[in-house]
Amino acid sequence: MTKIILPELGEGITKATIACWHAKPGDELEAGQEVCEAVTDKASFVIEAPVAGKLQSIDVKEGQEGLVGGVLGTIG
Amino acid sequence: MIIEDWGLIDYVEGLARQKRCVQSVMQGAADRLVLCEHPPVLTLGRMTNPDSLLYQHKDIEARGVAIVSVDRGGDVTLHAPGQLVVYPVFNLTHQDKNLKIYMEKLEELAVDLLKNFGILAISISGQRGVFVGKDKIISIGVGVRKWVTYHGLGINVNTDLSLFNLIKPCGLNVQMTSMQQLKGHPLPMEDVKAKAIEQFQEKFRK
Repeated sequence: MTKIILPELGEGITKATIACWHAKPGDELEAGQEVCEAVTDKASFVIEAPVAGKLQSIDVKEGQEGLVGGVLGTIG
Repeated sequence: MIIEDWGLIDYVEGLARQKRCVQSVMQGAADRLVLCEHPPVLTLGRMTNPDSLLYQHKDIEARGVAIVSVDRGGDVTLHAPGQLVVYPVFNLTHQDKNLKIYMEKLEELAVDLLKNFGILAISISGQRGVFVGKDKIISIGVGVRKWVTYHGLGINVNTDLSLFNLIKPCGLNVQMTSMQQLKGHPLPMEDVKAKAIEQFQEKFRK
């Protein structure tokens, strides 16, 4: 199982809200495919699938906040 | 930095072209600064609150305003002729790999741009865009993929402000203003474009 992690967005940014998921659990993803969009107070950041596989879980749902370095979902 | 002026371009066509620019910058091409205007269009993000559209779709379209759903977060935005749209497609790995610094630079640049035309604007902590008093004059919406930026600024130069009555911009109860409204006369778009280019070249000099 590979974790989808909220990456470092810059010094001083510790969390971001998940604006939308572009996939749902069960969807097959290619490595590098856009999976979700994280939003800080001013900008959106596209997060991509780190590996190919099936989206197993969404741990931070749309509208919820994730922490930088935290798990947003899993691919397996 | 390569400067491209796309003139008046359909939003969907412009978005496709912008995506191609993002791909090429990701693959190592030089940063692009795109300037354009769009025919009247409302773009609806995935987080658009249905209450942000104050009229039914058919009534909005009857006013000559297209409605396009776009695959992004955020609420509704409006583009129309007279609004200078600037899309910086920049690879931030060559600058500060920091979203906060990038956004601060854009806001600073927007404030300085307006200062050139005798307009005193401010950015407000926690709110996207640049304001004159309580009225928003420049909208800022930025996307980043693999540290390459897209989307950008909507600068209300001579925009028909009555179009904003169709929506709650970005879902906020905020009044919009324009350079034309503040100066009392339309401004030459070419002058604003030239100053905007100057500002970008100065602020994003490598």
